[in-house]
Amino acid sequence: MNSHRAFLALLIFPGLLTALPLGWLMLGIERKLKARFQGRIGPPLSQPFYDVVKLLAKWPVSRVSSDKALLTGLPLLAIASMLGALALLPVFQGESGFVGDMIVSVSLLEIPPLCFILAGYASRSIYGEVGATREAVVSIASNVPFLTALVAMATSAGSMHNAQIVSSTPWMVRIPALAAILFCLPIKLRLNPFSLANAEQEVLAGPLTEFDGPRLALWELAHALEWVALIGFAVVLAVPYRSSLWYVNAAAFVLFSLVLVPLLTLLAASTARLKLAQATSMMWRWGGAVAALALAAAFFVRNGGH
Amino acid sequence: MSGTEHGLIFRLVERARRRSAWLYHFNAGACNGCDIELVTCLTPRYDMEQAGIKLEGSPRHADILCVSGPVTRTTREALETIYGQMPEPKVVVAIGSCPATCNVFAGSPFIDGPLDKIIPVDIYVPGCPPRPHAIIEGISLAIEKLVLRKSGATAVSQ
Repeated sequence: MNSHRAFLALLIFPGLLTALPLGWLMLGIERKLKARFQGRIGPPLSQPFYDVVKLLAKWPVSRVSSDKALLTGLPLLAIASMLGALALLPVFQGESGFVGDMIVSVSLLEIPPLCFILAGYASRSIYGEVGATREAVVSIASNVPFLTALVAMATSAGSMHNAQIVSSTPWMVRIPALAAILFCLPIKLRLNPFSLANAEQEVLAGPLTEFDGPRLALWELAHALEWVALIGFAVVLAVPYRSSLWYVNAAAFVLFSLVLVPLLTLLAASTARLKLAQATSMMWRWGGAVAALALAAAFFVRNGGH
Repeated sequence: MSGTEHGLIFRLVERARRRSAWLYHFNAGACNGCDIELVTCLTPRYDMEQAGIKLEGSPRHADILCVSGPVTRTTREALETIYGQMPEPKVVVAIGSCPATCNVFAGSPFIDGPLDKIIPVDIYVPGCPPRPHAIIEGISLAIEKLVLRKSGATAVSQ
């Protein structure tokens, strides 16, 4: 990956210029569809964009008890790491990446939850602290199936290279691994059955309770990018075929990502929030079981099961 | 004032404020009547969210403070704190007769209201409780005030 290519990937596709409108569109679809499922008309698709503009134009109240640099730096770090994770997605054919880029993209995907947790503690709010604790427990639990599934894919492909994993994981491993990753998506996006960290009836806005104006807008941006990066990651891993035409790949990436949004929304609209213990044990048991299946299949494939 | 200082970004911000008003609801000792009517505005029948309006849990996220109740002595300090936590521009809507006049509680030694003795009020929605239509009308008037607050104020004074 030369610097020219990396720059394009960070800022144009699938980076900032594509991911931001796509993220807003995803959040807009989510809110609109959720309203339709509940028998309401719901806000227009452009709603997340106007929310961010309005928040950017507010005048935050200065606070003495919290560190302003930290409260601004954490959402910026979350945005930057999401852009990095997006830039590493092997969307196109012949994308070289670099050796071990899978580890880098996974760790970049893990930075925003970490920022979210730290933001909760840094904001010095009781709601922030409770939300941060919940997010920490949930994100550890969700990483059990997520990382196990990725290890299974990497083992069966015999590579730590994103492009290599995408192209040469056998379907026997890919299907259970993808099931585990899809299971983790609503957890990582903090959607309804697992919306523990931002449970508005319990802990207000969780770690973001004390954020206002532009700083909250930064979190909204990070959240939109999180949708694109996590859903995009699942989509890229799911589809091994790459066309030789770049626009076909780009369109397929956007289209498949948008297909997942109504499914996630349907799940969110039709379920009630779980308790922390229920959510964690569900992830360890069922997510862990599916991921372990993927791992078993990977060892079977690797040790001469051809 | 027409024209030059009303640039693209200026108009975009106005448009965004008009289409994305977030409410914070504060119960200052209300009997829960007005609170139920306010929440009704978010249900499928009235669905305020189609105008981008939603109820927020944190006053720091909110643009519009909806207060119900006659402001009892115990809620006064919390009300002042919450008003101070809301970032500018903000508007205050008094939901129901209690925050406007103290209603049947007027003269009670445990009441610090009416609301406009404590914080500046922009819109009064009378009624005991007001109907959801009236609350939605009050909130839409509040949004118009919100839009004009930072942007229009300078333009008018020039």
